[in-house]
Amino acid sequence: MITVVFSVFLLTLLVITALGVVRAQNLFTAVMLTGIFSLLMAANFFVLDAADVALTEAAVGAGISTVLLLGALGLTPREERASGAKRWLALVVTALTTVVLLYATFEQPRLGDPQAPVHQHVAPWYLEKTPELVDIPNVVTAVLGSYRGYDTLGEVIVVLTAGIGVLFLLGLPGAVGDRPRDDIAKGRTYLSHHLVPQVVGRLVIPFILLFALYVQFHGEYGPGGGFQAGAIFAAAMILYALIEGEREALTVISPKLLIWMMAGGALLYGSVGLVTMALGGNFLDYNVLHSNPVAGQQWGIIVIELGVGITVAGVLLAIYHAFAARGH
Amino acid sequence: MMELLGLYNYWVFAVLLMIGFYAVIARPNMVKKLLGLSIFQAAVFLLYITMDKVEGGTAPIIQKGVEDAIYSNPLPQVLILTAIVVGISTTALGLALVVRIHEAYGTIEEDETQRADLDE
Repeated sequence: MITVVFSVFLLTLLVITALGVVRAQNLFTAVMLTGIFSLLMAANFFVLDAADVALTEAAVGAGISTVLLLGALGLTPREERASGAKRWLALVVTALTTVVLLYATFEQPRLGDPQAPVHQHVAPWYLEKTPELVDIPNVVTAVLGSYRGYDTLGEVIVVLTAGIGVLFLLGLPGAVGDRPRDDIAKGRTYLSHHLVPQVVGRLVIPFILLFALYVQFHGEYGPGGGFQAGAIFAAAMILYALIEGEREALTVISPKLLIWMMAGGALLYGSVGLVTMALGGNFLDYNVLHSNPVAGQQWGIIVIELGVGITVAGVLLAIYHAFAARGH
Repeated sequence: MMELLGLYNYWVFAVLLMIGFYAVIARPNMVKKLLGLSIFQAAVFLLYITMDKVEGGTAPIIQKGVEDAIYSNPLPQVLILTAIVVGISTTALGLALVVRIHEAYGTIEEDETQRADLDE
């Protein structure tokens, strides 16, 4: 009962925040509200038993996406121009669609119903067979890395492609040698006038990096994995760039290394598939990696999660630097 | 009462979806459109994660030695976990396009860019 009241409260706040995002005339306000929206969404996911998803949403939605949106706002006007035209038609269309969708929800199984169709298909099999076939506690990681490894490879390629697209559009100084690196942000940083964020930031960065590594390598046993770890790692490096300056951050992880990380992670993932094929198995069938199939599965998952983490960290960092360097 | 509260998540899904959609079709500002699109996307995430919940269940991390534990459905979680990271990458791609549009047209209001195209 308490959970229900809590989630109703969180969901109502979510709707209010979303209305605030759409209504805010100042885009800076809207972006800040988006950060709050993501944090509320993460809390909701946690209430709904999705610990892995909550971790991802908190790191990506509340952390990195806010920074990226602010980076883009630095390059575009902050105020939205007021306009009244064609709003009524849009309002009527969305209101009607909402009514239709609400009507359709009455056919849905109630929240938490164990007899819902979604719980009858493959999910019970995953939960039952994972201890025997893969023997890692976190079933989400097992499904992500092993049972649905093809999907995850596809997702990593999509992330990589989006990163390449951003670099094509905005460019990353120093990556291909088009612009000298001295071009960007000499000593000036976003936070150089604020003492408290600087001191606290310097203090927490090592711990954020440590936590990223923990999330990466403990993802088989608790909530975590490559996607979350990559995002947390990128967040720590973005914080470093905000405190110490663009140039310092690009000295620690150079643009060339970023490019290699982006491609290398996906390549590592794909090569595991090729290795399993060379050993006589199917593409991404980890059983053949070790004489004991269960150990093979675990090795495969650890390596592909590492690939995922490297690509996600590389892409998110490269995107951030592309936006930041464009501003100077 | 409880019967109806069991649908509250789906109602919030429908409302959030349409709030996001409204921003995409009614606001000419391109950053606002992208924010609307990410609200739309978050609504879909909420729908999937809502479906994974099992009454009395816990996160699908298996406890050794606990035989009668109920676990929520791991599959929607996997789908949404990856979708969140893909979502931020595609949003960043959209933002990069908006930045380039601003450099080329000097505005990020859709009606103004269309007018600029017609004037050429």
